[in-house]
Amino acid sequence: MISAEHLSKRYGSHPAVDDVSFTCEPGTVTGFLGPNGAGKSTTMRMICGLTPPTAGRATVDDRAYRRLGNPGRRIGVLLDASAQHPGRTGREVLTLAALTMGVPRQQVDAGLERVGLNKTAAKRRVKAYSLGMRQRLGLAYALLGDPGILILDEPANGLDPEGIFWMRGLLRDFADRGGTVLLSSHLLREVEAVADKLVVIGGGRIVAQGDKAELLAASGTVVKALDMPALRAALERAGLTGTETADGGVVVQADAEVIGRAAAEARLVLLELRPADSGGLEQMFLTLTAGETVKEVVR
Amino acid sequence: MTAVQTRQQAAEESGRPATTHHVTKIPLTRLTLVELRKLADTRSGFWLLVVIGVASAGTAAILLSAAPAEEQRFFDLLSFGLAPATVLLPVLGVLSMTSEWSQRTALATFTLVPERGRVIAAKLLAGVLIAVAAVVAAVALSAVANLIAIGIGGDGSWHVTADQLGRLLLNQVIFLLMGAGFGALLMNSPLAIVLYFALPTVWSILGEMIKPLSTAAGWADLNITATPLSEPTMTSGQWARFGVSVAIWVVLPLILGTLRTLRREVS
Repeated sequence: MISAEHLSKRYGSHPAVDDVSFTCEPGTVTGFLGPNGAGKSTTMRMICGLTPPTAGRATVDDRAYRRLGNPGRRIGVLLDASAQHPGRTGREVLTLAALTMGVPRQQVDAGLERVGLNKTAAKRRVKAYSLGMRQRLGLAYALLGDPGILILDEPANGLDPEGIFWMRGLLRDFADRGGTVLLSSHLLREVEAVADKLVVIGGGRIVAQGDKAELLAASGTVVKALDMPALRAALERAGLTGTETADGGVVVQADAEVIGRAAAEARLVLLELRPADSGGLEQMFLTLTAGETVKEVVR
Repeated sequence: MTAVQTRQQAAEESGRPATTHHVTKIPLTRLTLVELRKLADTRSGFWLLVVIGVASAGTAAILLSAAPAEEQRFFDLLSFGLAPATVLLPVLGVLSMTSEWSQRTALATFTLVPERGRVIAAKLLAGVLIAVAAVVAAVALSAVANLIAIGIGGDGSWHVTADQLGRLLLNQVIFLLMGAGFGALLMNSPLAIVLYFALPTVWSILGEMIKPLSTAAGWADLNITATPLSEPTMTSGQWARFGVSVAIWVVLPLILGTLRTLRREVS
């Protein structure tokens, strides 16, 4: 179990992470979503004791990460697949980790095989690895200590579609057997396919979190009318606000009945009235995080 | 994957969360072995060790071919044979600390061992072990060279005291630790290596040039105060001066470097 309680991190006057709280339960995959620079990596580094928080605290299995003793046996971490010595071979990287954690050396070859790195790849220096191979090596590194928890920062980066599919299966399987997974991404679609829970972060603050199904359900209703300006006026009279979709509809944060009544009162012909589902969540994700990317670029 | 299962089973059997099982620290011996391996498992580390070995053999060859016959004895061969190690082992000390940052392995290292002070302790222990190994290798090499010296008409005396051996070893350890201290403090390989060699030299030159500094230089110049370590005897006054310069050039950088490593954010 991972728990973040009011985590904050400031760099000078810039709040990179601002009062972030969430928990990751055993048996679930939590998707940590946000645009680049929203504070995902900083939050994950704070959980792993690599960055001291300005305020708040994080625990892994009810303990601060630094008090875990031999953390690799309890939590597998992949924060940056490129942060390995380029002069070491893939096998050497895992061997060092196995020695540190006290894992039998035989596990190294099994670990490499599990992530699809064959004997030739294992003997090559990390320098010669593609990003996808580094991600696989990083995943092998995280899994080597046979942990019950995984923290992965953008693990799908650099993986081909087949690799992404394989990783989803691996993480799903890990969680289904009682493991806890926290997985970050800046792509909603990528996380949606595997996560049970979502934590959406933008500009350092949590903007939405909860069960994936609930978030999808609560993402509004799509409505489209023959006479769109009249519909917009009717919605405004009823006190409902909406955001325009690309195909000319409106996503309204209300259920179908409320919208339907408003439309009937104005004697409007509706062409569409349905739950917004994932498209709505994406809309929400884009709206909530809009403008944040610009901040990131200039930081 | 079995840990997930066993943890679940354990939780079900005991009826309480599996999170309460006790914490075992990674023993320092294991961390030291890992750090020793890290010193030799990259090209730079491996070749540095090879060069030290080859250079030691080279010094023996120089002494045997060029030195006067009375200097061709075990102690001189050994102290001269250790000269390359005195210069190059500190570089290994620097790299052991800086490569974590320059190669970005600090992320993986401190994720597996979040108590960073223990990683530093393991690195220093590994460095000391390497210094011991270098001296043992030099003793073996010098013994062979001394046999050759006897064969070609050199002095060939085997006389060496435990005190002399101990000081030769201390010389290696101190300079390696100084390198490690500079590495830990500066966290940048080229900068730490350059400053490691340049700063003491600059201090020596200043001490010679500026009269009021010369007394201070005599106490604080490790290059001068450590020289008696390689000589047949050392007086208590020389020990005192050596101690002061070690405090300045070795202990202080190590303390500051450790503090900096403990505090630095890893990204």
